[in-house]
Amino acid sequence: MDMALILAKANYWGYVILLLIGLYALISKNNLVKKIIGMVIFQTAVILFYITIAVKKGGNIPITPHGKGYVVEAANFMNPLPHVLMLTAIVVGVATLGVALALAIKVYKQYGTLEEDEINAMIREQ
Amino acid sequence: MSTHYPALIIVVPLLTAVIVAAVGWINKKYCFPLSVASLAASLLSSIGLLFEVMKTNGEVVYRFAGWEAPMGIVYNIDYLNSLVLIVVTAVALINLIFSKGSIENDFPDKEGVFYALYILFTTGLVGMVATGDAFNLYVLLEIASLTGYALLGIGNERSPLSTLNYLFIGTIGATFYLLGVGYIYIATGTLNMAEIALIIPKLPNVGIIKFAFVICMVGLFVKMALFPMHGWLPNAYSNAPSSSIGLIAPLTTKVTVYIMVRAGITIFTPEFTFEKMHLDKWIVWLSVIGIVMGSCFALAQKNYKKMLTYIVVAEVGYMVGGFWLGNKLGITGSILHIVNDAAMTLCVFMAAGIFSYKIGDHISDFKGLFKKMPFTMTAFAVGGLSIIGVPPTCGFFSKWYLVSGGIEAVKATGSIGALAFIVALLFSSLVNAVLFFRIFEVAHFEPFSEGHGHEGHSAVEINEAPLGMLIPFFIVAFSLIFLGIFSGDIVSNIINQFIPVLPAGI
Amino acid sequence: METVYSIKPFLAVLISLCVVPIIISSRTENIREGWTFAAAIIKFLIIASMLPIILSGGNLEFTIAQIMPAVSIKFKVDAFGLLFALVSSFLWIITSIYSIGYMRSLNEHSQTRYFAFFALSLCAAVGVAFSANFFTMYLFYEMLSFATYPLVTHHQDKESRTSGRKYLFYILGSSIAFLIPAMLITFSYSGTMEFASQGFMQNVPPELLLILLFMFVFGFAKCGIMPLHSWLPAAMVAPTPVSALLHAVAVVKVGVFCVIRVITNVFGTDLLAKYGYNDYICYIAAFTIITASLIALSQDGLKRRLAFSTIGQLSYIILGVALLSKNAVMASMLHIAMHAFGKITLFFCAGAIYASTKIKNISDMVGIGRRMPITMGCFFIGSLSVIGLPPTGGIISKWYLVLGTLEADKIFLLVVLLVSSLLNAAYFLPVVYKAFFCTEEETMFEKGVKEPPIWCVVPLVITAGISLIMFFYPQPFLQLADLAVNSLGVK
Repeated sequence: MDMALILAKANYWGYVILLLIGLYALISKNNLVKKIIGMVIFQTAVILFYITIAVKKGGNIPITPHGKGYVVEAANFMNPLPHVLMLTAIVVGVATLGVALALAIKVYKQYGTLEEDEINAMIREQ
Repeated sequence: MSTHYPALIIVVPLLTAVIVAAVGWINKKYCFPLSVASLAASLLSSIGLLFEVMKTNGEVVYRFAGWEAPMGIVYNIDYLNSLVLIVVTAVALINLIFSKGSIENDFPDKEGVFYALYILFTTGLVGMVATGDAFNLYVLLEIASLTGYALLGIGNERSPLSTLNYLFIGTIGATFYLLGVGYIYIATGTLNMAEIALIIPKLPNVGIIKFAFVICMVGLFVKMALFPMHGWLPNAYSNAPSSSIGLIAPLTTKVTVYIMVRAGITIFTPEFTFEKMHLDKWIVWLSVIGIVMGSCFALAQKNYKKMLTYIVVAEVGYMVGGFWLGNKLGITGSILHIVNDAAMTLCVFMAAGIFSYKIGDHISDFKGLFKKMPFTMTAFAVGGLSIIGVPPTCGFFSKWYLVSGGIEAVKATGSIGALAFIVALLFSSLVNAVLFFRIFEVAHFEPFSEGHGHEGHSAVEINEAPLGMLIPFFIVAFSLIFLGIFSGDIVSNIINQFIPVLPAGI
Repeated sequence: METVYSIKPFLAVLISLCVVPIIISSRTENIREGWTFAAAIIKFLIIASMLPIILSGGNLEFTIAQIMPAVSIKFKVDAFGLLFALVSSFLWIITSIYSIGYMRSLNEHSQTRYFAFFALSLCAAVGVAFSANFFTMYLFYEMLSFATYPLVTHHQDKESRTSGRKYLFYILGSSIAFLIPAMLITFSYSGTMEFASQGFMQNVPPELLLILLFMFVFGFAKCGIMPLHSWLPAAMVAPTPVSALLHAVAVVKVGVFCVIRVITNVFGTDLLAKYGYNDYICYIAAFTIITASLIALSQDGLKRRLAFSTIGQLSYIILGVALLSKNAVMASMLHIAMHAFGKITLFFCAGAIYASTKIKNISDMVGIGRRMPITMGCFFIGSLSVIGLPPTGGIISKWYLVLGTLEADKIFLLVVLLVSSLLNAAYFLPVVYKAFFCTEEETMFEKGVKEPPIWCVVPLVITAGISLIMFFYPQPFLQLADLAVNSLGVK
């Protein structure tokens, strides 16, 4: 694989790396808060992916100037749809984060720790 | 009025959820009737919708706020989703009525919030089923998931941790789906399912679509707990309160299977799904392993609820395997099993609700129950027989179609996977027979022992469940036989109308 | 041949189902048993009323529901089905009388459950007899499995628990593992399930045909063919009337009935004869006949000996139909009736002995004939019938079976039949001999031991009497079997 390809698809590489970091944290971290952080990174990676696909070379922000004789040419604007979609996705992400943290608090209140192996040991003892 | 059915189905419960949460602060008494009324309205609109679909013999398209696709969000209702809509709303309604007592018992001061979550969850599922927009589906999926986490997390002392684990896995699944939708959008430039289906065959390069397909499917498999991605399900479900598990267990996996069917047939088109992907054989094998492992794990359980959760895992294998057989009979079986399994699972989880309220969850505690609560046990026995697959209960008929689909596939292609699928189905039927007769044996043979059970339950007298629970329970048990006897009508009038002409050679 | 569309077969099946709620809600024992009795008689009368049409060469049909385009729940009464239904419904009446005497004299618990599930079992048995297609037959076959489970495990103790487990494991396991796939494979090839006089398997490749044949025969484990026979002796833990009706008549006969149906109406005799696959079944059946008789010789428990005798006799029926010759198929149909009357007499006697003396083992029965002459006299008639000696009905079916064996030119099987008859005599006649021929000192019973209550004695006298009458007047069954065989077109 040559360098040019990697550079041309830089946005993809970026999001894939972030995605994998998030996934790694989600799966292998022991601490619940670290897992939650991993989850947020994971989601954000996909959000970034969406945002980058909206970019066009020479594209402008998608606001049409008012004025007589102005012809709207789609090629001149960035694609607004992914941005709109991601607004929703961000809201979803925040909500998920909220629920996750609430559950984590409940877990902490119950067991006094957020380390998963310690909690599992406690459950086994019961 | 009737033209707005698709909107009513989702808007009525959405608004009611907000109202119920507010009313809960003022007077708890009104929460229950309000919730029942809204779900009943949803159920009635779904039934109306089915008739509308049958009348027009095609699709009912509803444009939200009048925006045409691809600008606006469109709800496309055809034979498949009108059927699943009825299942979702009916299960939610019956379980709500059934759980009234236990909700009051378990959450004395939070009834309003609970009802609101309950309805919101149903709204999410209904929206997922009704929507014709791939991204809208993601949003509704997350609505259902988030409310689902909340409903599961208020169970016993272990539930927050198991729910948190579910949340992690569920988020991975949903995010994968979102990523897949992104790639579809890159390739086709639209999010409307019908338009995607039109564009895909015309694309010169399907590599990106293949990638999107794989990512979407992986996300869905995680969400539906297909083996080996099932790890979150048993703990999350068995620690949850019985009132929410009666809603979540029958519906979540089934609706996700629905999305898989929808994605495979409507979005990606059958030609692409079954011919270009070459994944079908592998996924059938995955489901075979899922069925066998799910059944084996179920055998190892001493806790009734836990045992049921592994049965759910095995049943997911039934539906996934049936769909990926790729022939008409298999897909029919898979869709029919969405309906039947929802009813069956509801029935046995209702029994779980009664048992854990009266006795506990351990099978060894079910001594002498046939004598103490004959009616409850009769309905429970019907549910058990249906899961085993005894005619004329509905479980037999979905197995009939699934096995026939397997035979068809073996005849057509000589595929070993399909043969293994048949063997796995029969094996799992046998295991289910062992599982349920083990319970029947304990309940039938062992004399009832006084003073048993777990702390906290000793105050409850062991006798028939109250009538408010028993009537919905019997309705469900009866529906299992009803669905069985009328399965031919369901298949020929609804399911077969949906399944398109499949390309030859698969 | 005319076909009459009639609700009668449906009513005959339904009546015992409808009586279940009445039985459950009855307040006194007499009302409960009165209803059982009434249902049994009505059922028999309905079935008997179909006799003229069938004898004149017609059929009755009734469709309940169309489950799938090519699959329906449908009844069709033909000569063979009617023969079986007549026998089982008639014996339900007799067994109801006997149950009353037996259950009351032993003060059994849960008698209501007992009578309810008994009625349910009969509903299933007649349903099987009248099935017009494989699906309906399977439906009632499974229903019978579940309806008999509470009866087999009636005592609810450890022993019945293990036996019940074994019973279900064999019956349900074989039907899930063999029957369902075989049924669906057949359906997938032929696209129909309706029984036809020469079967509907013509489209199935020959190699698969053999596998399917084995799947069907072993799938119907109720027919007691070895090696899937050991549930039958285990199920003897049930109260004796249950063993009598279900394990001499309803359950096991439903098993062989299904096997006959499958061989004649699903495969078709010509098709099997063409490939010679029936030989395999003949040999398995012959093996079962000899082995079961040998095992029966060594059993001391009377009911267990009877159970192994049943296993052997059932294989006579399977052997008969597997020979595929005209007389042999007729013999196997006749043997369903003849053996039923003989065997139920024997079981009734075993139950009567147990009810008055609590004795189960043969070695403890020396001299019992002196105290209970009627019971043991009937026992003697019953054993003559099962061995196949005149003047009992048993000789008639055996006679046709021997003719059929000669027709099929299988001398080896003739030897098997003769040896088996000798063995039958060897395990039955000593029981009778020891019961009667002993001195007063050798008698193990006090003078006070008397015949059981009249409710127990009358039924066994009736069935023994019928065994005798069948020798002189076998007409209705002979005619039905003849009609059935002719309609099949067996060569």
